[in-house]
Amino acid sequence: MGAPSGFRVRFHSQPLDESELMSRQIISPLPGIFYRKPGPGKDPYINEGDTVSAGQTIGLVEIMKQFSEVRAEFDGVLEKFEVDDFGVVNPGDVIALTS
Amino acid sequence: MAFDVLEPGLSTTAQDQGRIGYYKFGLPQGGSMDQYSATLANRLVGNTVSDAVLECTYIGPKLVSTTNAVIAVTGAPVDVFVNGQLVPEYERIELLAGDELKFGVIKGGTKYFIAVHGGIDVPEVLGSRSTYPIGAIGGVDGRALVAGDVVPVGVGSDNGLPVVTSIAVDDRPVFSKEVKVRVMLGLYDHNLSAKGLDSLLNSEWTLTPVADRMGLRYSGPGVEWKDREQPFGAGQDPSNIVDAGYAVGSIQIPGGTQPIILHRDAVSGGGYAMVATVISADMDLVARCAPGTKTRFVAVNMEEALAARQENNARAARIWS
Repeated sequence: MGAPSGFRVRFHSQPLDESELMSRQIISPLPGIFYRKPGPGKDPYINEGDTVSAGQTIGLVEIMKQFSEVRAEFDGVLEKFEVDDFGVVNPGDVIALTS
Repeated sequence: MAFDVLEPGLSTTAQDQGRIGYYKFGLPQGGSMDQYSATLANRLVGNTVSDAVLECTYIGPKLVSTTNAVIAVTGAPVDVFVNGQLVPEYERIELLAGDELKFGVIKGGTKYFIAVHGGIDVPEVLGSRSTYPIGAIGGVDGRALVAGDVVPVGVGSDNGLPVVTSIAVDDRPVFSKEVKVRVMLGLYDHNLSAKGLDSLLNSEWTLTPVADRMGLRYSGPGVEWKDREQPFGAGQDPSNIVDAGYAVGSIQIPGGTQPIILHRDAVSGGGYAMVATVISADMDLVARCAPGTKTRFVAVNMEEALAARQENNARAARIWS
């Protein structure tokens, strides 16, 4: 007999599992140039310290003349950008940290 | 038999060995950017070398197989998931009707390939199923996949699947962040000064994010051209020539600053001096390079280029034996 499904006991000493750590980061899935604004002269999508909600666009990555929106996957506060505006990103790079 | 496209990925196109014979009319050969990786996928699923595959770029699609299917994924390293379960690359995978195929974040390189027993069965256009998006021909409606597409799969040979179910590690392509690309000088290397030629062949060039099926742009120290009076029709910049045909794999350096390697979907001619040409044997290697890859161009002669091509052909023949 295993533990009842849908029920897990978590001990405080247990390290966070990877999915929880990952959930605090916004990762670039592709390489390219990262932009914080939707276009020249426009306001940034979001600033450090702003609240962010799941699905919200926080920036763009340009590759192969295509602009892909980078979105948050969860609600929280955008604490810090790890990549500068116009910075080069690679797949797996952390673009921003949220809490 | 088909795949339903739930998410298309960044740029997922049907590709085969290319549309050969129309370059002289300005139509690029196209085909899988990394032909060797594509052929490995076809091998695993019991196809022929000429069957079409899906070429995925950085972000792969999310697909559902409408029937049972036999597939393989090869090329750039990436996690492959069937119904959320991790499955291996470079191995044959059996899908059941309704199974969902998706991909994790790419871990190197640029492109991976999905082969399916029976091949991607889009209509042939001028003898090829390869998608040429600029010309809006081949593939699914002449374009990259979009959500909602139904990608037709052909009926495979009933000779049964090959004995081989996985590709040996030694036979898999390498995805390096540092490469040496072999080139033959010409046709216009004589327009470079000695210093310019030295810069081309003895500097490190870094692949920029400006890279796609048409061409790949590199940053580096730039090159210097000989002083010359530009001929009539050549334009004022020393990187300009009177229009000429571009060999497949040509390297041009507009303005003398950032070299561009013309790849499978590139134009067939224009007005930039081609200082060198990537040998055919190294076109797949170039296709595997991710932005940031440190690149050196190494000049070889025709004998060395042909020997390299034979070596590649021999490896492919061994895979298919």
